[in-house]
Amino acid sequence: MPISRREFLKRTVTIAGTSLLGSSTIAHAYQKGGPSIFSTGNTANEGNWKLYEKIEATLPEDRYGVLVDTTRCIGCRRCEWACNEWNKNPNRPIKEFEASVHQEKSVFDAVRRMHAGNFTVVNRFYSSRDGKPIYVKRQCMHCENPACLASCFVDAYRKSTAGPVLHLPHVCIGCRYCMLACPFDVPAYEYYEPLNPQITKCTLCYDRITREGGVPACVEICPAEVMRFGKISELIKLAHERITKNPGKYVDHIYGEHEVGGTSWLYLSSVPFDEIGMRTDIGKTPIPNMSKGFLFGVKMFEIVGAWPLVFGAYYAISKARKKHKSGHDTSPEEKGGSHGEKH
Amino acid sequence: MAKSTNTWFREKILLGMTPRDYIISNVNVPNLIAAVFLSAGVGVMIYRLLFGLGPSTNLSDNYPWGFWIGFDILVGIALAAPGLALGTAVHLFGMKDYHHFVRPAILSSLLGYVFAVFALLFDLGRYYRIPYLIGYSWGFASILFLIGWHFFLYINICLIEWAPALFEWLNLRKLREFFTKMAIWATIFGVIIAGGHQSALGGLYLVVPGKLHPLWYSTLLPVFFLLSAIFAGISMVIFESTISHRVFKRQLKNFDQAQFDRRTIGLGKAAASALFVYFILKFFDIAHYNNWSYLNTPYGYWYLVEILGFVLFPALLFTHAAIRHKPNLVRWTGFLTALGVILNRLNVSIIAYNWYIPISQKYYPIWMEFALSLGVVTMLVLFYRFIVNRMAIMYEHPEYESAH
Ligand code: SF4
Ligand code: SF4
Ligand code: SF4
Repeated sequence: MPISRREFLKRTVTIAGTSLLGSSTIAHAYQKGGPSIFSTGNTANEGNWKLYEKIEATLPEDRYGVLVDTTRCIGCRRCEWACNEWNKNPNRPIKEFEASVHQEKSVFDAVRRMHAGNFTVVNRFYSSRDGKPIYVKRQCMHCENPACLASCFVDAYRKSTAGPVLHLPHVCIGCRYCMLACPFDVPAYEYYEPLNPQITKCTLCYDRITREGGVPACVEICPAEVMRFGKISELIKLAHERITKNPGKYVDHIYGEHEVGGTSWLYLSSVPFDEIGMRTDIGKTPIPNMSKGFLFGVKMFEIVGAWPLVFGAYYAISKARKKHKSGHDTSPEEKGGSHGEKH
Repeated sequence: MAKSTNTWFREKILLGMTPRDYIISNVNVPNLIAAVFLSAGVGVMIYRLLFGLGPSTNLSDNYPWGFWIGFDILVGIALAAPGLALGTAVHLFGMKDYHHFVRPAILSSLLGYVFAVFALLFDLGRYYRIPYLIGYSWGFASILFLIGWHFFLYINICLIEWAPALFEWLNLRKLREFFTKMAIWATIFGVIIAGGHQSALGGLYLVVPGKLHPLWYSTLLPVFFLLSAIFAGISMVIFESTISHRVFKRQLKNFDQAQFDRRTIGLGKAAASALFVYFILKFFDIAHYNNWSYLNTPYGYWYLVEILGFVLFPALLFTHAAIRHKPNLVRWTGFLTALGVILNRLNVSIIAYNWYIPISQKYYPIWMEFALSLGVVTMLVLFYRFIVNRMAIMYEHPEYESAH
């Protein structure tokens, strides 16, 4: 198989890095998050942004999302495979994904997160009720009021009326503030790309769901009907129904209905959500609101409040000038004497 | 013609020496150490540009911001606040007897900002796109946007404030007059702009209520950052003036030690007031969020070290030194206070950030991150020395004295 230019570059970089620093840095990097952190040259975000420019204005105003029923998930990781496949992220044969659930030692041993080369991961937790494994798929939540979008200083995110939050790589400077701001630790970064590193994240398959009858790749492949794609309002209704119809099966909470102002991905669970790796302490206030007051305050101060200060200063200066002119030869004693009153 | 440029170069750049003498005069131990730091720093910069952030730092998807933001930006900008502190004191409150401190303060602010932004370029993934921020794509809802613009404006303001010294050196009287007139206005706008972004640096962390330890997270973060920038600025004035009055002593013709001590103590008093206000606000902050229980945890002890050891203690020391008239104690305390601000910024950005993840998975910088920062600090010091040796920073220019 001929190696692509990118692959070649990557290898050269790795070799150079290894010989310069000893292999310890690379080994360390692996500990930081597995091979997918080395991924570079993501194209899915850019592709979806281009599509967005073209079709967004024509979309109807319906919010779509996905309901995840974690009680059904069997941990086959096919969604991970399908996502990689659709988004042209580095991939392995689907067998290797499916095998994890049976392996004694597997990727499930550590709780993983999304990295440059994967938009979604499935993690394993053990139920506090019956000790059985619970598998939880993770990806961007596509917030109603996204922290990533508000935090970006060059405005490199868009919220589609269909629900997806898209990243626009053509303006991103790579400051990584969006990664800091996201309450779900979603955006990942191509740390191993020296010249053109990108932020990468799940697109909610904007390029699929905006087509007639399209659903996200991960939803489509799921063999256990864990995920349901649809209008958010209907999904919430459905989720409530499931909770009331199956007393005792679920905790009475739809994760994502109100978290940080609501998200497009919604979760059902049989155990409290903090036991399956979801943050329950993030509150209902959208993250952007945390800084809104302050931003407003600074702008108000600078536009309105600053003027009295400027005029005050002007007054002080002109007064000082007059004084200076009238008493030009102020003696050092006088100068020193004025010191005492100052404080 | 060639000859006259030559003498110009010799007078202005080589301090009147021949190139040979100049080089010889610069071979000494401090410069050798500087050269080592510089080459290590530049080496890391090149490595970073060639191989990216992954190999050259310990940053990860969970720790998108590390030492370069924590130290170069948060610490760097806080310590570059002398211009803000003294600009306010001298121009807005009319404390004219501190005007001797103003020029060094402005120079350190200018260099502080320029080099902070320079260091930032290595942290940005696509540094070459930085102009986008100014004129291509605006993220109005972002605090970082506010900061970016304020840095840009403030560097320009510092340039204007510093311009008179530059044109005195170049002997361009007209330009110097022009900029002297503008300087006062620049200072006033500078105070507003600097206040805005010092607080906005704290505001950056308003969006991470879930990630920053509750003892450090507060809706008052911007206020804390602004207040601590003020005492950091004053402490740096104390610290720098102490050092530079030693190093550049021969430049100070009629130097009055007693007066200098009095001024230093005055600065100490100002720093003490800011420290006390900060301490009281921190106290109310814990009470408001009812965070007392966190104090009895490892993070709590660390917090107490910061608040008692580096805020309350220096505040008391400053007070004591002012009452007993001990200028040297004020100088040491200034140093301590600046250390405390460094600690605070690193706590917010690194140590108390992601506080819930196990210690083994926490971020710590690798040597290259330190080396780059050290290299940038070295550049800053060298530039400072270069300029102070040539321009009228520490003293008033003999030909322009009356204009003050
Ligand atoms: S989960 Fe994070 S990345 Fe996704 S939309 Fe919300 S804030 Fe943005
Ligand atoms: S990394 Fe890119 S997308 Fe994220 S905040 Fe910075 S400029 Fe915006
Ligand atoms: S919605 Fe699309 S991009 Fe997101 S995790 Fe599923 S397949 Fe991947």
